[in-house]
Amino acid sequence: MRLLTHNMLSSNIKGVINGFPLRIEVEKVVEKPVDFNPDFLKNMFSKIEWKPLVDASRTMGYAELPEEADASMLDSHDFLQRFHHALLELHLEEGALFCPETNRRFPVNKGIPNMLLHEDEV
Amino acid sequence: MKLKQLESLLGEIQQFSNPKIQLEQYPTGPHIASRMLYTAENSFGDVSGKVVADLGCGCGTLGAAAAILGAEHVTGIDIDPDSLEIASSNAEYLEFEMDLVLCDVKNLGWRGQVVDTIVMNPPFGTRRKGADMEFLSAALKHASKAVYSLHKTSTRDHIKRAAVRDYGAESAEVLCELRYDVPQLYKFHKRKEVDIAVDLWRFVPRSHRENDV
Repeated sequence: MRLLTHNMLSSNIKGVINGFPLRIEVEKVVEKPVDFNPDFLKNMFSKIEWKPLVDASRTMGYAELPEEADASMLDSHDFLQRFHHALLELHLEEGALFCPETNRRFPVNKGIPNMLLHEDEV
Repeated sequence: MKLKQLESLLGEIQQFSNPKIQLEQYPTGPHIASRMLYTAENSFGDVSGKVVADLGCGCGTLGAAAAILGAEHVTGIDIDPDSLEIASSNAEYLEFEMDLVLCDVKNLGWRGQVVDTIVMNPPFGTRRKGADMEFLSAALKHASKAVYSLHKTSTRDHIKRAAVRDYGAESAEVLCELRYDVPQLYKFHKRKEVDIAVDLWRFVPRSHRENDV
């Protein structure tokens, strides 16, 4: 699972008010290089919640994103490459996601988070 | 890429080995899948460079088609772990990237509308009433640009009404009518192959971005 997917996933348990972002527990991270597409990144920037992306990438062992970012940084090639790497090239292969409100653990195996709910959580 | 090329690539995708009837698992054939995504890309520019999600992705045929046509990111959602395992090996075999999430589409916890385009071949709702509507409702909530979906032609009026009135679609248009070959997968199928008329729909979700400006 890429951090782009992580950036849109939130806890879907009944009664949870703010289930975003899910906290990441890392057992294994893999990196898979993909083509760099600056136009896509510029377009995505406004849709991404920055702080959760910074925290998630740090948890995954990549600490090169600035704490805060604004649209003016999109002119920097260096910034875009870091953004690209964090958003699209880091994959959580094994580990878990934690709901920030309930601490419910959603396991991630072979890169696939299991977000299926138990009967009493729907 | 030519339509024929896309269709033949998709023909290499491995389909369900033990389809589950309660989930109405029917493979999306390469003929339909290639036409669906080819239209989305070439007539509307909804695929290349976009964030695409495939709801009820099964073995990942539609998501694969999106990735092959240049989607920047594809996420496939399915409730069945066995299907996702096949989808995952398909992605490896055809060398495309697709994030997979094990989740019930009706309980999808997604923040806002990060996804541009949703493609799906939902259950027709014949085994469990309303299953098709759960998919449509979720899709129109989470796509910002367009939703492409297949529904039985016999339900056309109902789909249009529900999409526009209940799920906030700005527009709902049938792009074409296709023949869906349902092979004899299940014991209750009496004939060898059944030909079902299905509509390929394009829905445009109402813009939710007014507040951002």
